[in-house]
Amino acid sequence: MSTEGSGEQKVSTAKKEDAPAAVGEPVAASAPPAGDAFLSVRDLRIHFDTDDGLVKSVDGISFDLARGRTLGIVGESGSGKSVTSLGIMGLHRTKRARITGEVWLDGEELVGAGPDHVRRLRGRKMAMIFQDPLSAMHPYYTVGAQIVEAYRVHNKVSKKVATERAVEMLDRVGIPEPRKRFKDYPHQFSGGMRQRAMIAMSLVNNPELLIADEPTTALDVTVQAQILDLIRDLQKEFGSAVVMITHDLGVVAEVADDLLVMYAGRAVERGTAAEVFTQPRHPYTWGLLGSMPRLDRERSDRLNPVKGAPPSLINVPSGCAFHPRCPYAALTGGSSESVVPELAEVGAGHLAACHLSVDDRARIWAEEIEPKL
Amino acid sequence: MTAYIIRRVIAAIFLVLVVSAVTFLIFFWVPKLGGQTTTQLATQYVGKDANPESIAAVKKNLGLDLPLYEQYWHFIKAIVAGAHYKFGPDAAYCHRPCFGYSFKNHIEVWPEIKRRIPITFSLAIGAAVIWVVSGVAIGVLSALKRGSIIDRLSMGVALAGVSLPIFFTGLVLLGLFSYKWVIWKNVQYVSFTSNPAQWAWNLVLPWVSLAFLYSALYARLTRAGMLETMGEDYIRTARAKGLPERVVVGKHGLRAALSPIVTIFGMDFGLLIGGAVLTESVFSFKGVGAYAVDGIVGNDLPIVMGVTMVAATFIVICNLLVDLLYAAIDPRVRYS
Repeated sequence: MSTEGSGEQKVSTAKKEDAPAAVGEPVAASAPPAGDAFLSVRDLRIHFDTDDGLVKSVDGISFDLARGRTLGIVGESGSGKSVTSLGIMGLHRTKRARITGEVWLDGEELVGAGPDHVRRLRGRKMAMIFQDPLSAMHPYYTVGAQIVEAYRVHNKVSKKVATERAVEMLDRVGIPEPRKRFKDYPHQFSGGMRQRAMIAMSLVNNPELLIADEPTTALDVTVQAQILDLIRDLQKEFGSAVVMITHDLGVVAEVADDLLVMYAGRAVERGTAAEVFTQPRHPYTWGLLGSMPRLDRERSDRLNPVKGAPPSLINVPSGCAFHPRCPYAALTGGSSESVVPELAEVGAGHLAACHLSVDDRARIWAEEIEPKL
Repeated sequence: MTAYIIRRVIAAIFLVLVVSAVTFLIFFWVPKLGGQTTTQLATQYVGKDANPESIAAVKKNLGLDLPLYEQYWHFIKAIVAGAHYKFGPDAAYCHRPCFGYSFKNHIEVWPEIKRRIPITFSLAIGAAVIWVVSGVAIGVLSALKRGSIIDRLSMGVALAGVSLPIFFTGLVLLGLFSYKWVIWKNVQYVSFTSNPAQWAWNLVLPWVSLAFLYSALYARLTRAGMLETMGEDYIRTARAKGLPERVVVGKHGLRAALSPIVTIFGMDFGLLIGGAVLTESVFSFKGVGAYAVDGIVGNDLPIVMGVTMVAATFIVICNLLVDLLYAAIDPRVRYS
């Protein structure tokens, strides 16, 4: 994760005035961002035209991710984390979606690239795992056939070679008797096995970027741990960059190197996972941490969930989108209701978007929040 | 899979038995419930010159005085082994499968139906090919271009197709292409074996008028099915794999959207080979449907009963085929 926080945010405010460009329309592409980032997202905005109004699902997200590292994106349902990942893959519904910003993958810009070019990268250079492996696999085709298909679309090989490759992948992700299970249909697999097969399918072309959208949410806890281990092992083996999207901070704590906390389509905090977990500097992050059940806590203690419900993405609250739910909004002297806070550095490589002064936040965290966790 | 097939076949045989029982009850039991005496019932089977002897003979021949279960037994036995009507001046032998004997016209019903099946089948098969291909194609196109001019136009035409009765579209087609512009002169059925080209040429108008109705229905069904499946998670997965859009739509989307179409098709097709009554009437084809109409108009109950039995059996057979096809399409059916 790079530290070019404030500078790039100025670009983003300038760009906000622009009319949203249609999909596929070439964006005035600048040079790829410097640094060793494999994936660079710059001021990504994905808005949807609906009958009820413009839904700003993603409203200016930026981050960098190097090979071999894992970025966790956390936030409540509807915070825009899934749409962000679909936007990177070029899978957002194109008809009504307005996407702007830049996505650089290994030196190539994807937002302005032709749909067919992005399609050729999908599944080969970047792959995705979805939340519910049952509905994400086609019920009418065998698991093996679906993996073979994923391999052959990017490799001109015979069915036989592809079959061998698929069996090898099934074996690699820990499916017993892979040659036999190859011929089974998704509904004949258990939930965990299905997710393993899904992982085998996404990794069959050795993608350098793997996006996992809530990969363990639909699974038993014991299976969750196995799947996370598997993803981590495979990441080590292939050196891929991983984006792990989840609402489960436990999952993130397990696997993420860096962390991006999203709220109402915007990043409210980002930094290394260690920093964000030990010294979170945004009230929303505190709320997320407070919602996490812990075994070492007295059972009589209550959880401290974030009060209220996530905002509508059509009428995002003015100023800081979190202010209606923020217990400390009053301390900002009204600015939280009128001014949108920008991400600002609160530590080395650690950014947060909050009107409270950094000292206040450090004090509130140390005195009020952390002791209760 | 074998177990599944055996199960479905047994179920189909059972269903045919039920159909025969229901048909039997409609013709021999319901009139009694309505207060008809056996003599009145027998009178209907005799022609206009009914006299007490011939009525008594029919009563004996059909066994109308016997208990209901015995009558049903004779009814089934006739189908399996043929029936000997040995009483009175109308004495005759009805060969198996005896689906009825018309005492009015002194003919067996089954040979006449058998003779007419190729006509109705020709009508149905050609129309089916046209409507399935065009209906599914239009439906897919509409779904992919939802809200576009193509979508609105084809759905408008489809609405017209569903709403316009066949005797209207058929007659309009005949009026335009057979009378105003004489392209199809004297449309009548020519058997496939005698002249395949003429067979197809003469069937074009009936096929088109029949297919128009159904293809409208299938276009709407396909559109709805495609709209639903294209929103499924596995479509997103297919795209995430980097498959070209035509594969996503054709292989992943359409395959799932076709299941309900196959079901409806089995019913529609079965129903049609049981007699495309309106189309046959409009184009004066002497098919099974026209035969049923003859039977109804002439109050010749054995004909009506025979056609009912045969048509119902066709529907059961088509549904059996659909069940098997279904298992081939959707693996989840096979294993449950």
